[in-house]
Amino acid sequence: MTSTAQPHSASKLAYSSLGLLIGLAVLIVFFVWHISVGAKSLEFSTVLQALFQYDDSQFSHMIVRELRMPRALIALVVGASLSVAGALMQGVTRNPLADPGLLGLMSGAALAAVLAVTYIGMHTMAWLPLIAAMGALLSALLVWLVASAAPGGATPLSLTLSGAAISGFIGAIISIIHLLNQDTFESLRGWLVGSLSGRDLQELYWSLPWMIVGLVGAVVLAPSVTALAMGDESAAGLGINVVKRKAQLLICVVILTASSVALAGPLGFIGLVIPHVVRMFMGSDYRWIVPYSAIFGAAYLLGIDVLARLLMRPQEIATGLLTAIVGAPLLIYLVRVRIK
Amino acid sequence: MAKTSLRIQQLSTGYQQMVVKNVELDIPDGKLTALIGPNGCGKSTLLKCMARILKPMGGHVLLNQQPIHSTPTKEVAKQLALLPQGPVAPEGLIVRELVAQGRYPHQSLLKQWSKADEAAVQKAMQMTDTLALADRPVSALSGGQRQRCWIAMVLAQDTPIILLDEPTTFLDMRVQVDLLNLLISLAHEHGRTLVVVLHELNLAAAFADHLVLMKDGELQAQGCPEDVFTSDNLKSVFNLDANIIRDPHSQRLMCVPTNMPAGAAVQNAPLAQAV
Repeated sequence: MTSTAQPHSASKLAYSSLGLLIGLAVLIVFFVWHISVGAKSLEFSTVLQALFQYDDSQFSHMIVRELRMPRALIALVVGASLSVAGALMQGVTRNPLADPGLLGLMSGAALAAVLAVTYIGMHTMAWLPLIAAMGALLSALLVWLVASAAPGGATPLSLTLSGAAISGFIGAIISIIHLLNQDTFESLRGWLVGSLSGRDLQELYWSLPWMIVGLVGAVVLAPSVTALAMGDESAAGLGINVVKRKAQLLICVVILTASSVALAGPLGFIGLVIPHVVRMFMGSDYRWIVPYSAIFGAAYLLGIDVLARLLMRPQEIATGLLTAIVGAPLLIYLVRVRIK
Repeated sequence: MAKTSLRIQQLSTGYQQMVVKNVELDIPDGKLTALIGPNGCGKSTLLKCMARILKPMGGHVLLNQQPIHSTPTKEVAKQLALLPQGPVAPEGLIVRELVAQGRYPHQSLLKQWSKADEAAVQKAMQMTDTLALADRPVSALSGGQRQRCWIAMVLAQDTPIILLDEPTTFLDMRVQVDLLNLLISLAHEHGRTLVVVLHELNLAAAFADHLVLMKDGELQAQGCPEDVFTSDNLKSVFNLDANIIRDPHSQRLMCVPTNMPAGAAVQNAPLAQAV
């Protein structure tokens, strides 16, 4: 026999690594493109100069560094975090519809943030990622408890239904708070549909360490996600402490989701769509799916945010609306393709 | 294969309720042990507890004299592999990726894919005749092919002990026989210790070195098929009226239910003789 049985044949390894490099190149181009777009369009070369040879006497360099780069960085980390969170959830729950939005984590994080801002009058961002994380964790546990109580336990179907119900319920609570507190809510309205505008670097710094912990954790735990995707008993047979590992992965997902929500509000569909697209090309090995999801999720949100600012110039569409407008048909397309 | 031992002492286990009661069992080394019994008798439950997936409610499972449930699970996974019932591969996973999963317990963050991993995967795929399927998605294979790939994954784990939960259920007779031949060769030619939950009584009697008969969570009989596979035992465990006969060609034992209508077969010269 001539064929060798490596986990990835040499050609697949080359193909996967090449894809990762192409993804990185696309990401860099989108990052620069994102910064170049705005009220005043900038040349790519100006953006690169501002990034690498900063000259504070040049106004355009100040625009890049002070105004546009924070937004681009936030789009990058939020896109990466949300799609990695979605990939982990889909693998562990063996549910192709798992996503931080659909399984209630996002609405939980949003509710916690709304409560903190509205009733505690929190105006500093420092604690917001943590508070959002508590909300995400609580709603995730609630979704899981409700799903487990269903006959047959926490199946993909019962989890999805329970996630939809609890997301709807939390959405209603947020609306009630909205109605009762019209004034304080004005400042939250844009954030609640998902928006990247008006953030500064300081807010990014409060979320970034959490996101790095979550992303590193995801990469480290990725091999066991493939095993968990084969079922709890198979994973346990391979020497994985299933309960402990799922708890660690849940913490990663909660951290990634909550810090993203704290930065950009609940941006839907990224965690759902990107891992699906990645799997179409990469198969089911989470060693590859996790880094691919991070890179393509980041590039995707950068691209969406460019469109959000270009489509109705000089008006801006809330990024969260656009991720849904683009993401929903993409999801329907994916479902149709995969059902065939 | 290195000498290992798997002993079950006074073991009781179950889910909310106790399903397996007070089982005492020594798994013979380098042999194929088959667990049989009626539906719901606790044979799969017992296997899961032997594989440390279920915790004991009483008693112990001892792997090389150590309680398996307090040994680090990754260490256990280097000694004992499990093929669960009806495993499902994630969509899109190709065969060689599935088989490579078997190397999980031998890897760590710093020690990723090694020569030994590759050799083990290659050998496992050779033994199960799955090399030709290496690049196909698992979901696109037939039931028998798929099961051979899962067995390859378990083999790649390279453990002296392998537990399999109903590996032949829902497969064609021919495929069942092929799989059991593969398993028996693993025991007899490669010195692996196998414990298999089986549904098909005649296949269990034909292939097992050691037969374990369970009823209502308790061990009814164990030993070689000659001693265990008897009319009396089948009656008391399965409430099945059956004659045990010996196939004149293979000398294997098989059971033939007696409460069947006498048919054309009776008129023809009977090949089988009652024992």
